[in-house]
Amino acid sequence: MEAYVSLFVKAVFIENLALSFFLGMCTFIAVSKKISTAMGLGVAVMVVQSITVPANNFVYHALLQEDALSWMGIKGVDLSFLALLSCIGMIAALVQILEMVLDKFFPALYFALGIFLPLITVNCAILGGSLFMIERDYNFGESVTYGVGSGLGWALAITVMAGVREKLKYSDIPAGLQGLGITFITAGLMSLGFMAFSGIQL
Amino acid sequence: MSAILNDDLKHKLINDETKKVLIAPLVNDNPITLQVLGICSALAVTSQMTTSLIMALALTLVTAFSSAAISAIRNHIPSSIRIIVQMTIIASLVIVVDQVLKAVAYDVSKSLSVFVGLIITNCIVMGRAEGYAMKNPPIESYMDGIGNGAGYSLILIIVAFFRETLGSGKLLGFEVFKLTKDGGWYDPNGLMLLPPSAFFIIGLIIWSVRQWKPEQREKIDFKILDIAHGEGGHH
Repeated sequence: MEAYVSLFVKAVFIENLALSFFLGMCTFIAVSKKISTAMGLGVAVMVVQSITVPANNFVYHALLQEDALSWMGIKGVDLSFLALLSCIGMIAALVQILEMVLDKFFPALYFALGIFLPLITVNCAILGGSLFMIERDYNFGESVTYGVGSGLGWALAITVMAGVREKLKYSDIPAGLQGLGITFITAGLMSLGFMAFSGIQL
Repeated sequence: MSAILNDDLKHKLINDETKKVLIAPLVNDNPITLQVLGICSALAVTSQMTTSLIMALALTLVTAFSSAAISAIRNHIPSSIRIIVQMTIIASLVIVVDQVLKAVAYDVSKSLSVFVGLIITNCIVMGRAEGYAMKNPPIESYMDGIGNGAGYSLILIIVAFFRETLGSGKLLGFEVFKLTKDGGWYDPNGLMLLPPSAFFIIGLIIWSVRQWKPEQREKIDFKILDIAHGEGGHH
């Protein structure tokens, strides 16, 4: 149990996907102008992340890993090079299904999150989460924890960023630094803040 | 006669177009500083020059070939499933790059870790496929891919240059500044090896590009009123 808690805290703060691995930066910069939209996207990323990481974990261990097909009586087959293709296919398909399910059963939620879902397929944070899960060889329980944790960390980072940017637009910034430039420097300062967590040993 | 003239004209047009798509992304329409695409890997792999060069090369090749391939079949892709088709083409190319890297340069492949795989979701590749290759013929799309890859590589190389020389006193692994611990004069700046420095350097690059080319500046949302003016207030 303790291992799971420490993995969770690590995924949220110490190895924050947005601020220490720079994943999902394009959407992180583009959609962080308002707190409400940023939060919507953050929640959508969290939901998709906590579904896709375990799903990819299952597919990887059941089909792709070396000797994974031995339950079918096929030995010595290593399909792990297909991991990239299967991960991205899985993500695209799951996002599509999630969109349809939300549309059918939870229309209110669909209107809140719907516009963000297509953005999520190409969000590197989602694919990155799955690839880190494969690289670090998490088991199924760990992958669920990691999926929820890393999604929450990303949502936290983009919400904080949007809060800073909402105030930032009233400040007097040199013309060339206006907009994108100052956003990068703000993200750098936030990342510096998150580095403070990196000394924590769990 | 008119056919020859037509061919001639076409040839010239293609040349101009090729030149435009090759040159524009370097500064005027740079994917990173203006289009805000593909930032993730620009930040993550730049603490060393070697990894940045390999990443830049990999991304340029993937963008060029995926644009060409997608453009070649653009009239046969139903628009409702085009994202999945594009993804599949890109992912297959990335798998090739990944396997080649693992075979040829295993150490670099290890230090790039998941970022080679993340070329799939790199917005430059998808953005060029969606924004250019779906509307233009294969050769131009290929050139557009090369051009945008070069614009990306340029930023990557600048960032890596500063991060590696200031952070560890080396460039491509060769000593540039002699470090204090080896009896030299340069005390390495550890911040340059940490993630935040990449944000700062890209922010400063954007600032300098926009100082040089004012037309790239963004519109100001709120202008500060000059109320202190003429009332003897602070200057």
